[in-house]
Amino acid sequence: MQLYLPIADMPVNIFLILAMGAAVGFVSGMFGIGGGFLMTPLLIFIGITPAVAVASVASHIAASSFSGAISYWRRRAIDPALAAVLLTGGTLGTALGVWTFTQLRALGQLDLMIALSYVALLTTVGALMFWEGLRAMMRTRRGVVPPRRSHGWIHGLPLKMRFKRSKIYLSVIPVVIVGVIIGFIGAVMGIGGGFILVPIMIYLLRVPTSTVIGTSMVLTLVTMTFATLLHAVTNHLVDVVLALILMVGGVTGAQFGARAGQKIRGEQLRLLLGLLVLAVGIRFAIELVIRPDDLFTIRETGVTE
Amino acid sequence: MIARHHLAILVLVLGMVFAIPQANAERLIVSVSNHRVTVTPNYSGEELVLFGSVEKDASTPAARGNYDLVVTVSGPRADMVTRRKERKFGIWVNTDYRQFLQVPSYLALFANRPFADIASPEVERRQQLGLDNVLLTQRVGPDYADVVPNDVFRRAFVRLRSQRGLYREDTSAVTFLTPTLFRTGIPLPAEVPIGTYDVEIKLFSAGSLVTRTETAFEIVKVGFEQFVANTARQNGLVYGLVTAAMALMTGWMASIVFRKD
Repeated sequence: MQLYLPIADMPVNIFLILAMGAAVGFVSGMFGIGGGFLMTPLLIFIGITPAVAVASVASHIAASSFSGAISYWRRRAIDPALAAVLLTGGTLGTALGVWTFTQLRALGQLDLMIALSYVALLTTVGALMFWEGLRAMMRTRRGVVPPRRSHGWIHGLPLKMRFKRSKIYLSVIPVVIVGVIIGFIGAVMGIGGGFILVPIMIYLLRVPTSTVIGTSMVLTLVTMTFATLLHAVTNHLVDVVLALILMVGGVTGAQFGARAGQKIRGEQLRLLLGLLVLAVGIRFAIELVIRPDDLFTIRETGVTE
Repeated sequence: MIARHHLAILVLVLGMVFAIPQANAERLIVSVSNHRVTVTPNYSGEELVLFGSVEKDASTPAARGNYDLVVTVSGPRADMVTRRKERKFGIWVNTDYRQFLQVPSYLALFANRPFADIASPEVERRQQLGLDNVLLTQRVGPDYADVVPNDVFRRAFVRLRSQRGLYREDTSAVTFLTPTLFRTGIPLPAEVPIGTYDVEIKLFSAGSLVTRTETAFEIVKVGFEQFVANTARQNGLVYGLVTAAMALMTGWMASIVFRKD
């Protein structure tokens, strides 16, 4: 069934979009991430302009992370204080990101920047996750208990604050900075950033795994809701019809994904996610390196009526 | 008496001259099958039909009969940029570009036989017959000009627009049903731009322009599509708030529907 998207200005097959939403939702539910890093490339692949894809996926991630956050809240797996500190940084980062997005679009280098940042971010994060997952798996197989490392330099920073539910005592400076970075890349690349935020919180900030996913979802939820608003106000690129189809598919898929995810061990899950992230990154890299089918592209810069 | 008679003829001739500015006696009467194409949720392209006839009158030279017809459909005009990728530091990046100013977002040229058979290259150029002769203004440094048809950017621009079905040239699309009655189809692809479309019909005979006429149709979004597109553009904040609220509602509903306990 064809459906005409009012902002993207093109007809799409409604079932294709629903299926894409469900598939990405499944993955996101399984790994506890937003799934934007998969959704945005998929939309670009079916012919939606990167700008509309990035802006519309923001609202889709807001929906899926809200449903996730609610269930984590019920299980008391969210640290409200930590979320609040992350959010002060996240909001700032998002505003900065949307502003950069607008500037790059005017320069005509938005597509390249999106592709480059995908390659850089996804290959690095993917490779790290994959490597870490592999090492963890080998350790459990050998039955070695991982050595408990001493507190790093991050824990020597001033402005310390006690986060009760996570049971950690930590400076707010690195937390705010992490918020800014996640908010920024989220707005520019159309990703929630959960897949980067979770490892950062675990390895750098030493947040216990019990609260890490729920708290990261709260940050994703707020930054993506804010990004939707800003994209709508400044660039007028959010396609509400596209977003709604994605959301419906996404939240449904996420439920089944979450159930599947509980059956897989933690380190295997990280290994799989690492592979997936790495694959998407490499896919973007190949596109940049091989000679494109067509060296020319056209972009409309303004319709006058 | 004779003088008055002459005066009457003069008045008559003058009247004719003013009523039909062109000295030629043919008149084109045309109509498009639909003057208002509406884009609905299940819009996936459409084909309009243009009908017309060549009206002759007493002053038409009797010898004239072999007419040629060229129909030019041009959509709303827009500024566009064509960019060329080049390999830099091992990756393909956009480097050089050309700006096309106020070029039609949709352009179709139809004729009953190849343009080269209809008129001389000189007339083809002057009357903008064929995609190679249509004026596509580029910004060249500080100047505005069209370039030679085989310029790489111009060729790439026309080729890319043609691939999407937005630029087309068909020299067998116009069919004469009788020597004076003609028709042509105007195919509109699914991703056709919204706006007013000008249709220009030119009648040629023996290599020169006899007469021309114009008509138009518009493509509009209606109902929901129109509402959404307008709101997004004019009330960005409200639109964003509604979208964000919708996202939260969907997420909340999902958590209720799929609640495990």
